[in-house]
Amino acid sequence: MGNTLFGKIWDKHVVKQITDGPSVLYIDKHFIHEVTSPQAFTGIEKRGASIFRPAQIVATADHNVPTMNQHLPIADQLSRFQVDTLIDNCNKHGVTLYGLGHPNQGIVHVIGPELGITQPGMTIVCGDSHTSTHGAFGSVAFGIGTSEVEMVFASQCIMQTKPKTMRIHIEGGLNTGVVSKDIILYIIAKISASGATGYFVEYAGSAIRALSMEARMTICNMSIEMGARGGMIAPDQTTFDYIQGRMFAPKGADWEHQLAEWKTLYSDADAHFDMEIHIDAADIEPMITYGTNPGMGLSVTGALPTMESFTDATEKQNYEKALKYMGLTAGQSLLGTPVQNVFIGSCTNSRIEDFRLVASIIKGKQKDPAVKTLIVPGSQEVAKQIKQEGLDKIFEAAGIEIRQAGCSACLGMNEDKIPAGEYCVSTSNRNFEGRQGAGARTMLVSPLTAAAALLTGKITDIRTLLN
Amino acid sequence: MQSLQNITSKFIPLRIENVDTDQIIPARFLKATTKDGFGKNLFRDWRYENDDETKPKADFVLNQAQYSGAILVAAKNFGCGSSREHAAWSILDYGFKVVVSSFFADIFKNNALNNGVLPVTVSDAFLQQIFAQGPNDTLSIDLAAQTITIDATGAFETFEISAYKKTCLLNGYDDIDYLLSMRDEIAAFEAK
Repeated sequence: MGNTLFGKIWDKHVVKQITDGPSVLYIDKHFIHEVTSPQAFTGIEKRGASIFRPAQIVATADHNVPTMNQHLPIADQLSRFQVDTLIDNCNKHGVTLYGLGHPNQGIVHVIGPELGITQPGMTIVCGDSHTSTHGAFGSVAFGIGTSEVEMVFASQCIMQTKPKTMRIHIEGGLNTGVVSKDIILYIIAKISASGATGYFVEYAGSAIRALSMEARMTICNMSIEMGARGGMIAPDQTTFDYIQGRMFAPKGADWEHQLAEWKTLYSDADAHFDMEIHIDAADIEPMITYGTNPGMGLSVTGALPTMESFTDATEKQNYEKALKYMGLTAGQSLLGTPVQNVFIGSCTNSRIEDFRLVASIIKGKQKDPAVKTLIVPGSQEVAKQIKQEGLDKIFEAAGIEIRQAGCSACLGMNEDKIPAGEYCVSTSNRNFEGRQGAGARTMLVSPLTAAAALLTGKITDIRTLLN
Repeated sequence: MQSLQNITSKFIPLRIENVDTDQIIPARFLKATTKDGFGKNLFRDWRYENDDETKPKADFVLNQAQYSGAILVAAKNFGCGSSREHAAWSILDYGFKVVVSSFFADIFKNNALNNGVLPVTVSDAFLQQIFAQGPNDTLSIDLAAQTITIDATGAFETFEISAYKKTCLLNGYDDIDYLLSMRDEIAAFEAK
């Protein structure tokens, strides 16, 4: 029987299979950032060990950095100490760091692909659950905890049990106003926030093949939001074209050699998946979440579930809890709900194409004066492109300020927070209670739907603005 | 890592599904550079009104004096979301040694095991039986036998854990020492 794309890469990286235990899995690239690495550096030092393969690690500061005045010292003392600790650790251990002020700095899952570090066939880990983003290139990429970061420091390997495999086919053309964020929000709403737990997911089908690399990254990014260990897409010409010429992409004869290898990375026709799901792209409409996990999503024109639709007592109780937190009522429509905040950013949607999408909607228009905005490019490079393409002028004319690169209000670690009780229409990946600040009410959407809210100050069907 | 032996303890019932790691430990507490002291911020925003330790929320189970113990019992999909190991450190630092649920998120499960906290997966039906017990009832976990027992009724289930991880927990071994010992083998793998 043939092998899956996932299986081909995994099998090639198993150093040792422990009897009735995990595999010792070799890691090609290890990304680190300031929040989940300090305890791992301390741990390896306490053991008196060196870092085994420092050249395979790339560090950046993104989670806990300000998105204004990055040239100034970080005001928050704890944050500054954490970022300084990363600088010290990288210096001491010979790890490449793209810190604040460096032209390569940005959200770790934006800069990896942007710099050509992320490549097909690799195993990639990072102490961050959205590491699945890199799977868009046909790599096996997944988030790990800090103990596992220390394992990779110690040995360039981690102990990992091979997950089951799932393939999700999305066939057909996308409806007007629907982009890749809507595809993934639709999938998560369909299978729930735990529907892919224990699985590694491959996205396939004509709708996926038609997507750009940036759109594919948005999909793979949110694999974790349905519990998946990771998500991936087989590399194709779109992938190769994106990588070629980037800073760390293979060059010359090495490029030809790698390319031949990458072209073998697909699931064989007779490969077995533990689960297969088929989705018709025509069924997908612009999506929005209404609850406190990413599985609680619906079409922007839809109605929230009624109380009667829940049979299980615990589920009903949890739905009530979510509605209370969100200030919503069972059965209601979200259209027209006033929006106080719009966040465009995060490793899900902060790339140049996302800014182009938003600019295409707001061009020549003014934002609703009541809407507060946090508009945050994913990297210094994206910020530079925004200027080069003149998109900054479009935002400026609309009354919208563009900030500097970082994770920002996606997780509310820095000062970019949403006030309690206010709604935030957000292009990020999580709508958990308090995620964007204590009491903040997050609704996850695509960049297009976020742009619609920018202009109207309420939940709006983007399709009504497209005609 | 501390070894984990058999445990008999009262438990704290958390009847909430999809408990994500942002609830277990909110992001604003991730600015620390050590693993210590996270317990006081465990479930911070569910525990306190407006982040004020003098205003515990009476309806949250950690604030209800009748409940105590080294076992946390939660509804399905516990530990979803962010990979932050700070969630496992918070649970351990608060004093829990075991978390019971009908379903765990993958990354949390690994993080717990790597810190000597045992995740015990039980059936939905058994979880409901546990939730039906009173605050003075105890659960017994026998790691070697892989069983969890409701002591009041004698009802028990076996749970799964790999033989490798069981040995690690019982003896307090950790993966990092093992991997350090494999460096030559890994270098040979790289050379292939």
